[in-house]
Amino acid sequence: MNGAHDLGGMHGFGPVEPEPDEPVFHAAWEKRAFALTLAMATPGGWNIDMSRFARENRPPAEYLAMSYYQVWFAALETMLKQRALVADDEIAAGHSLHAPKKVARTLSPSDVAQVLYRGGPTERETNAKAAFKGGDKVRAKTINPLTHTRLPRYVRGHVGTIEHVIGCHVFPDSNALGAGEDPQWLYTVRFDGRELWGADTDPTVSVSVDAWEPYLERI
Amino acid sequence: MPMSGHHDRHHDHDHSELSETQLRVRALETVLTEKGYVDPAALDLLIETYEKKVGPRNGAHVVAKAWVDPSYRARLFKDATPAIAELGYACRQGEHIVALENTPNQHNMVVCTLCSCYPWPVLGLPPVWYKSAPYRSRVVADPRAVLAEFGVTLPAETKIRVWDSTSEIRYLVIPMRPAGTEGWSEDQLAELVTRDSMIGTGLPNRPENLK
Repeated sequence: MNGAHDLGGMHGFGPVEPEPDEPVFHAAWEKRAFALTLAMATPGGWNIDMSRFARENRPPAEYLAMSYYQVWFAALETMLKQRALVADDEIAAGHSLHAPKKVARTLSPSDVAQVLYRGGPTERETNAKAAFKGGDKVRAKTINPLTHTRLPRYVRGHVGTIEHVIGCHVFPDSNALGAGEDPQWLYTVRFDGRELWGADTDPTVSVSVDAWEPYLERI
Repeated sequence: MPMSGHHDRHHDHDHSELSETQLRVRALETVLTEKGYVDPAALDLLIETYEKKVGPRNGAHVVAKAWVDPSYRARLFKDATPAIAELGYACRQGEHIVALENTPNQHNMVVCTLCSCYPWPVLGLPPVWYKSAPYRSRVVADPRAVLAEFGVTLPAETKIRVWDSTSEIRYLVIPMRPAGTEGWSEDQLAELVTRDSMIGTGLPNRPENLK
């Protein structure tokens, strides 16, 4: 979706302000919102692409006015409610008012280290041949899906070079919808800065994105 | 602090919003715990892991080893994920890591314009600026201006390569070893490696600046 999260190339946000000796979390609630989000993925059964879509799928003004962990927390509430794991009246009351939904698993303390260590690898076996090879010129397609995609607006329609064939990976556009992993070949595609931003751009700059095969067309 | 803005502008406003958020988070944790979906002890462990155990010292270890051990360096640039796992670092958000070599000719910088993708096992959780709109919007279009805000000026002819982390591949910048560190041990060298030097918004500390 063309949401406020797709920030590459926007103007007006001011300078980057690094914070010296920044703490990992800035408030106690951030820690809990972070941990709840990680832990609830086990009983909730959602994947990372569903989480990302839940975070970005909100009105642009709201997204930009929220802090990072406020976005995470709002997305957590959204996903819990979509799956009827909690209800609005329970969130308002701060207590469970209805019988819990049956869930396959929960995250126990003894599983935490292993679940984190294992992570969620996204590379998959495939019999399909990669359509592109290193050095090929490709155009990032002009697409404007209403649903989740990982092709940023600033590269759409622009010509780049395949620099590296990464492997076959879970396709987020499908996975975010619960429509299956639909693994696709993934490439590092490099764009000259001037191709993306115009002739006045610093000629020493190039930018790459990781792009799945359905995002690209041969030129 | 809102995604788009800065610390100082709306301080009072933020403050009241934070306490409201705090109550809401506490309420949800209670509901989820009462329903048996989460165990607060598991939450404590998750927090402790990323506050105390996983952070940029891991990445500094990787970089310092790459500086002193040519065969490790070769393994790291061939396939970083197992090379990093050799040192005991692996976890969520680091399933597929690629190491990027800074050279006199090319400086690498990493961003996630769409969200906040970051190599957790080697750098920990990302700082606020990395997740915020000013960095995400500008580094892909004007990386030198962003570098200047970090106090970094590179030679005009150095090529700048920005890597937008749009997939599950996570990028770790391996900065150049500072001059004047001949004969230094891996542990001494690791002291010079800053978090920002592994994102590409900084350079390693110089030996003369080490306290």
